[in-house]
This record gives sequence, C-alpha cells and structure tokens, in this order.
Amino acid sequence: MGAEGIGARVLRKEDKRFITGKGKYTDDFKMLGMHYAAFVRSPHAHATIKSIDKSAAEAMDGVVGVLDGKQLTGDGIGNIICGWAVNSKDGSPMNMGAWSALATEKVRYVGDAAAVVIASTQSQARAAAEAVVVEYEVLPAIVSATDALKDGAPQVHENAPNNLIFDWEIGENADAVETAIAGAAHVTELEIENNRLVPNAMEPRAAMAHYDEAEDHLTLYTTSQNPHVARLVLSAFYQVAPEHKLRVIAPDVGGGFGSKIFIYPEEIVCLWASRKCGVPVKWTSDRTEAFLTDAHGRDHVTTAKIGFDANNKIVGFKIDTVANLGAYMSLFSSAVPTYLYATLLSGQYNISNIHCNVRTAYTNTAPVDAYRGAGRPEAAFVVERIMETAARELGVSPAELRRANFVTEFPHQTPVIMAYDAGDFGATLDAAMDAADYSGFEARRTEAASRGKKRGIGMSCYIEACGIAPSAAVGSLGAGVGLWESAEVRVNPVGTVEILTGSHSHGQGHETSFAQLVCDRFGLPIDNVQVVHGDTDKVQFGMGTYGSRSGAVGMSAIAKALDKVEAKAKKIAAHLMEADEGDIVIENGEVKVAGTDKALGWHEICLAAYMAHNLPEGMEPGLKEGAFYDPANFTFPSGTYICEVEVDPDTGTTEIIQFVAADDFGQIINPMIVDGQVHGGLAQGIGQAMLENAVYDDSGQLLSASYMDYTMPRADDLPSFVTSTHETRCPSNPLGIKGCGEAGAIGSPPAVINAITDAIGNNNLSMPATPSRVWAAMNV
Amino acid sequence: MYETKYHSASTTDEAVSIMGSADDGKFVAGGQTLIPTMKQRLAAPSDLIDLCAIDAMKGISIDGNQVTIGACTTHAEVASNIELKAACSALCDLAATIGDPAVRHRGTIGGSIANNDPAADYPAAMMALNAQIVTNKRTIDTDDFFNGLFETALADDEIITAVTFPAPSKAAYCKFPNPASRYAMAGVFVAKLKNGMARVGVTGAGSDGVFRHEGMEAALSSDWSADAIAGESVDAGDMLSDIHADSAYRANLVKVMASRAIAAAG
Repeated sequence: MGAEGIGARVLRKEDKRFITGKGKYTDDFKMLGMHYAAFVRSPHAHATIKSIDKSAAEAMDGVVGVLDGKQLTGDGIGNIICGWAVNSKDGSPMNMGAWSALATEKVRYVGDAAAVVIASTQSQARAAAEAVVVEYEVLPAIVSATDALKDGAPQVHENAPNNLIFDWEIGENADAVETAIAGAAHVTELEIENNRLVPNAMEPRAAMAHYDEAEDHLTLYTTSQNPHVARLVLSAFYQVAPEHKLRVIAPDVGGGFGSKIFIYPEEIVCLWASRKCGVPVKWTSDRTEAFLTDAHGRDHVTTAKIGFDANNKIVGFKIDTVANLGAYMSLFSSAVPTYLYATLLSGQYNISNIHCNVRTAYTNTAPVDAYRGAGRPEAAFVVERIMETAARELGVSPAELRRANFVTEFPHQTPVIMAYDAGDFGATLDAAMDAADYSGFEARRTEAASRGKKRGIGMSCYIEACGIAPSAAVGSLGAGVGLWESAEVRVNPVGTVEILTGSHSHGQGHETSFAQLVCDRFGLPIDNVQVVHGDTDKVQFGMGTYGSRSGAVGMSAIAKALDKVEAKAKKIAAHLMEADEGDIVIENGEVKVAGTDKALGWHEICLAAYMAHNLPEGMEPGLKEGAFYDPANFTFPSGTYICEVEVDPDTGTTEIIQFVAADDFGQIINPMIVDGQVHGGLAQGIGQAMLENAVYDDSGQLLSASYMDYTMPRADDLPSFVTSTHETRCPSNPLGIKGCGEAGAIGSPPAVINAITDAIGNNNLSMPATPSRVWAAMNV
Repeated sequence: MYETKYHSASTTDEAVSIMGSADDGKFVAGGQTLIPTMKQRLAAPSDLIDLCAIDAMKGISIDGNQVTIGACTTHAEVASNIELKAACSALCDLAATIGDPAVRHRGTIGGSIANNDPAADYPAAMMALNAQIVTNKRTIDTDDFFNGLFETALADDEIITAVTFPAPSKAAYCKFPNPASRYAMAGVFVAKLKNGMARVGVTGAGSDGVFRHEGMEAALSSDWSADAIAGESVDAGDMLSDIHADSAYRANLVKVMASRAIAAAG
C-alpha cells in the first residue's frame, strides 16, 4: 500500500549516515580510561608452548596487564564451543577439540593467540605484545583436509584420531544408490574442489568491553550479526557473566557475510581482561589479523557421480565430501557442510536416490564456518557442475536436461530432508534464457571466434534453503538454539512507530525494508517509523541475521506484532466511533468506518490508547505489542543464472560479457534492496569462481594474507548484471517471503565455471579460474 | 607503524648528511612501497629522509633528442607531460598504469627505480630505453644498475637525482597485471632506438628481477615486427612461480606481451 509500502523502491534510510561517514561502528566508540588489547599471535601453524616470558612486556610503558591462557582458564572462562552437535553415522558424537580463547598448551594455526597485552595506547600494546617471549616447540603441520585424514598425519587434537571430527551421511541407503547408478544408461563422474575464501568484511572485527565494578555489570560493543546470541553464548558457555549482567551492543556493523555470527576469542578476552585489569578494553583487528583469524569459508573436496536412464532422467546421485573445518570448531561449523549443504543436493531436480557422505577434518588452518551461502554454494556447485557436464557428455542441451528433471509438483519431499514448498523452476529458466538470448549464442560464438576469442555460455539452476529455521526441526538435528525471531512494535502517543527487532542489520537495509511493513499496514510515511536493533538492553531477544532469514523470519515476527497492534487499534476505533470492529479499515494514516464518512486520524487512535480516558471496558492502556515467530518450514529461493564469457586464448583472461540472473524470492518488499543483494552476492560468487583463493603453504603459512595476494572482486572485473524476479509466494510465512541475501553467491560460481569450460572445451578447471589456470587448461 | 623521525631535505648534500647521522635511516621519494611496509611493521627505519622537497630533482626536460626526468617526478606528472608524450609516449602510458591515482600522485620515478621491485614497471622501461641513472655521485648505465630483486648498484648514501635517455623512434609497454595486486605479472617494454637497435625490457616475470631479452632484441633489430619474435623462446626456468601463476605461464605472458607491445608501437 502506498509509495513506501510493500513492493516500493524506497531509498535506504540508513544510507545518509553511511555515505556521509556518520555511521557509528564499534571502533568509533570510546570510553573514559579506555585501554587497548594487542594479541600475541603464533607465527607457527602447530607448536607446543614451552614457556611464556612476560617480564619485558610487563615493564614497558603503559602496560597494565600481560595475560595468558592459563590465567584465563584459571579464572573459569570456558572453552569456545560449536553450537550444533552432529553425530557420525555410527552414532558416536563429533570429536570436538578444546578451544581456549588464549592457547594454553598448544597453538594450532598461524594467528592463534597465546597471550594478550593490555596497555594505555594501541602502540604501547602492540610494542609490548612483540616483547612477550613465547618459546615454541614447532610441530609438523597439516593444511589439507584430505591429507589430514590419512594415517600418520600430524594430529591437531588428541581427541580426534586421524583428525576426523565426524563421518556423517544423509539420504538413501548408500548401497541402494550405488546399485541404482550401476544400472544407469549413462553415468557422469566429477571431482570438485570448492576453494577456501576469506570473508573480507569492509569493517574488521572489533570489541570494546567495560566492567562496571559498582554494578558488577559488563558491557560489550562488538561487530556482531547477532548480539543476543553472543550474549547467550558468552554467559551460558563461557561464564563471562550471567545474561542479566551482560549487555551486548552491535552498533553499525560494516558487513559480515557470516563471519560476524560467531563468538571469537577476542571478545571473550576483552571482557575478561576488562574485569581483570579494571579498565575498559578495546581491540580492533587490523587487516592482517582479519585474514588470519576471521572464520574462513568453503574448502570442500568432493567426488560425485550421477546416473541417468535412457530418457535422461536421473536415477541416482552419490556424493562424497571432505570438508576442512580448520584448527577449531567454530560456532556453526558442523552444520555448514552437513545440514546446510547435503540437504540441498537434490537441487531443482526430482531425484529419488541420493546418498551423501561427509567427513570433516581438523587442520592447522583458520577455523572454517558459515560464509555467504554457507553450504548451499558448495551444494549448488556440485549439482550444477555435474548437470552441465552430464549434458555435454549426453550431447543434449543443458537447459533441456535440467528441465526434464525439474521438480514440478509441490510440496516435494527430497530424500535429503528438505521438503520444497513452492517454486516454478521452468519459469525462471525460461526468463533467464530469454534475457540471455540463449538461442542466439552460437552466432555470437562464431563471431567471437572471428576475433580470435573463445566464447562460452553456462547456466546454473540453483535452489537453496533460507528462513532458518523451524526450531523443533533444527533441534532434532542437533542445533543448540531455536531459530525463531522476535519483534516488538511500539506505537508512540503521537502515532509514530518504533520496531524493535532481533534481526541485526549490517548492510542489508533492514531499517528501510522493515519500516515498509508499517507503511504498508497503516499508510504512514516511512519517516514516522524507526527500526531499533543491535542492543540487548533495547531489544528483548533475537536470533540475528544470517542465512537470508531476516525477511522470512524477522519480518514475519514484525507482521505478527503488527497484527496485534492493528487489532487493538481497531478495537479502540470501533469503540470511539461506535462502529463494529469488523467495519474498521486503516489506510493512508486514517482509521475509518467502512461505508461511512466516519474517520479518525491514526494519531488520534494512538493518543486515545495512551490517554486512556475512553477505552473499551477492560482494555489496558497503550499500544505496544510483541511477537515471536517460529517458521513452519525452511524457504526455498531458486532461480537460473546464465553467464556468457569470452576467453583470450593467448593469456587465459576471461571476460564476463553478460550475466543474467532470474530469481524467485517469493514476495519482495523493496525491489531496489533486493537488486543490491543480488548484485553483491553475484560479485562474491564471481569472486569465488574467478578471483578469490585462500592458500596455505605446507607449513601452514597463509600465503594470501593481504590484498597483494588475495584477489577481491573489483568493479572492472564485473559486467552490468541483468536481473529479474519471478514470484511464487512462500506458503509457510505470512508475507510469502523466501529470502534473497545469499542467492547470488550460491548460484553464480557454477554458471561461471560452466561458461568458461564451455569456452575452452576442457571441463577440468578448478576455482578460482584465474588466467593462469584457464591458460593451462587450454595448453598443458 | 614504529616510531620514526621524519626529515625533509632541500638538497642532496643535506639528505646525505642527515643519513650519515641516522642510526638506520632511509631515503623516501614518495614512499608508496616503504610507507605501507612500515605500517605493516615490517620495516622500522629510525629516520626517514624525504627527498621530494629537493627542487633540483623534479621535472621533465627534453634537450634535442635527450629526455631527462628528475627522480622526484611523480608518475602522474610523467603520465601527463605533453613534451614527453611527443618524445616517448610509451613512458607516459606506462606511468598511467602504475597503481591507482593516489599512488601516481605520490610515487616517483626515482623511488620506483631505487626500490627495484621485481614487479615494478619503470625498470623495464629504463632497460629498454638504454637509460642512464644519474646519482649525486655518478652516472650509471641501466645495464649496470639493476642487480636482482630489490637490489641496485646504489651505495647506501647514494641518491638517484634523474634518469636520462635518448628518445626512441618507436616504443610501447604492455603489461599483464597480477589479478590481486595489479602489479605486473609480466610487463614488456619494447623500444626501437634511433640507431636502429631494438631493446626489450621485461619486468614482473623474471626470477632474478628485470631483464632484457636478447634473442628478441636481435630479431627485432633486423625486423621490427611481431612476426620476427615468433620463433623466440622465453625460458620458463628463468621465470618466477608463485600462487598466482607458474613459470610456464609467465614465460608465455612475456612473449604475448612482447608481441602486443610491438604491435602497439607500430
């Protein structure tokens, strides 16, 4: 309703402060007496700590504390945990190794912190950190997950023999799937690596902790996507303070992409050190620390085979994956390569026989956890690479092979847990092919060849699961939390509205799109709506922002609270205008009696609620309602992406000529914000496909630890995207929303690699498809 | 960054004198490598002696056929100098591709050459243009100046004041940027000198830093065309290999960039 309601391209309210440099990020906050933390980080990937000599550091100017892991554990600070229990297929629990926020006996990756210095200035803290002498006994390191699982590999954690964390499976019986594939008319096999990525949020992680001795209360400012989860975990598991004695504030946060979901050692240490040293403590990561210690993403090695019958219908799909979880299990690390990955391996296809085995391994590398897409990009890459490969082997059109296997009836139960509720895969395929002028491709290929260029086209029909998640369902799968969301709608006596939400915004535009729900419902101008988030003292609770859940789950909670506000407002209006409650309509800021000229302004109803001079009998004053929303199902965004490239055969350089995205995100609240989300996701997905790669050498040194060696996508690497959306409403939530935050990063890598391999005529190409790799695939 | 003492010298003598009294001094002429290295705490000079206020080290002059560029001339000035465009537009084009606008307005030709980063652009041009490196002490032929990765013939108290070279009859620079850093992964500067000799300087690719490709030079001296170097080989054994590209790829790039540079030079 209205120019600022659902479906309107409303400019983002928050951008004024962001683009004028007025955002307030964690590092912008200062406190009287604030000191700085600097961590003493291991230069070795694997080593025993023989001794720590702090004497020189302690004597340096400005130093108020030099603290180590033994002191931390001695004060009862608990180990960092993984919050999702995944059992091996034999029923045994996962082998979670101990992770102390400061290492006690061993360091397990380059960047692992062995001690911390607290000093008056950042320079003093850093200088003193360099003066802490840690004597290490260097141990052999292991960086590859497949190598880590072999006999004789260096052991990262003693309680994880052969570095195996769990050996898990999903789907139909493995032998039955093998038999089905054995009887297939055609079998396609593929070995796939999904490259490790560094998240690279624009704002590095930061924390500022303050212990108020008089109140025995701690405050933490931190770069978090989910401050309430941070508070819960910090208090329940790390014994930093009980929840009512800990306030967590996540102010403006400059990007997260998943990497700011997790509770990291640095926040814990700042809180503990603030209490121990009696001063507020701030730590702000520098870019090198970000490369070394932010949880990385992806890093899978997979073999897959898929069988087709004589009619090109899929008869079986078998997948074996090894996932690298790094040196420690981060907060949701176990869920990413299992329930967020293997449950999407049915893709958009009707496949009755799927089996996937996943082994996860410890290595001497940074912890690996959710990064934009979190498991679903890995799944889409396996499914869409093997479908394209199969089409080439079968000599059929990639589009038609996919179409022949599409799920067309909903709901559809896959053999890998997920029950798809709605979609029209043919519609997005058609839309993408039209937009890409797919049928005209061969002429363009010929024309490019006349210029000495190799032109190729590739597609990807992705599906993913968002809206995480039904609490009971994820609870049965091992999640340590429920994944509902809460909201509160506070209507002020003058009629302005504040929405308090647990869905933190760190670039997604919630302050605008969430407000649009109110504009839509009551016809109020968007300037009369304020969205409040990111402070556990203001917002009662919330599970945070990740997994493209804010629309489907967060806004559903707001919609439920708005239902209650609307109902109460109508009751008041009916009472004041002596009308039937059922005849009251609210539109354009007016509350009217349908079919009459009776009307009151919205603000008059609100004022009446607070004046309480004339309310229906028994009604409480005020107009403020809260709601919790627990989703009934996951949501399933889907779509088709088509990438067209030209490769320079002399240098292997790939230029993306055109990139088409046709997405089904369900109902869209703000198309401009959705476009932006798709653009950003595509940039990251294309980054993974062609540019980005986190590389460790055999000794565990991160070789790509700066922008000199880690290739971030730049504007000139990317084409102008051609995007469109095609709506099938999600039936499981009140707004019909599916979610759009990660689709671009999920669907694009296979489209890019399918296009490049089509161009060069060699299917053996790993991500990132750098010029040197593409050239080698053509020449070596 | 560690604490350091900043000095701005107004003459080379003053700069040398400050250097003499410093514990561990460093000349800085733009600082586009040194300052980021210091910010990473990977370098900690006790004193920084800034050369960029020395007026005698700035500017571009052309005397007949001889081009002279003051060491503290920025990349942006080189890129946009009208007289230089007429004399050797290839060098303007090269300067326009160094780093980003901020780097080009701070970084200088002398700083780049003195640093001799194996992926820097200017050393290839100096080699191909048969330049002479003028210092506060002497004049050094370019072939004697670059001594491998980050090594030059400069003494500790020696300062490049200018570079000078004869305008070529034809020249062009073609580079393939490293996708991450956008430094040269292979950059080839070809020049046909007015005496008819061709010179080919290669940066970014060689495992021992900038080098001349003598086989291509001989071929081009007799026949200035891309076809002339078709039979020339680049030894992958002499090339760098790293996470971005192996030596075989760099060897290929050197040939491709050389061919394209020749075509661009006309």
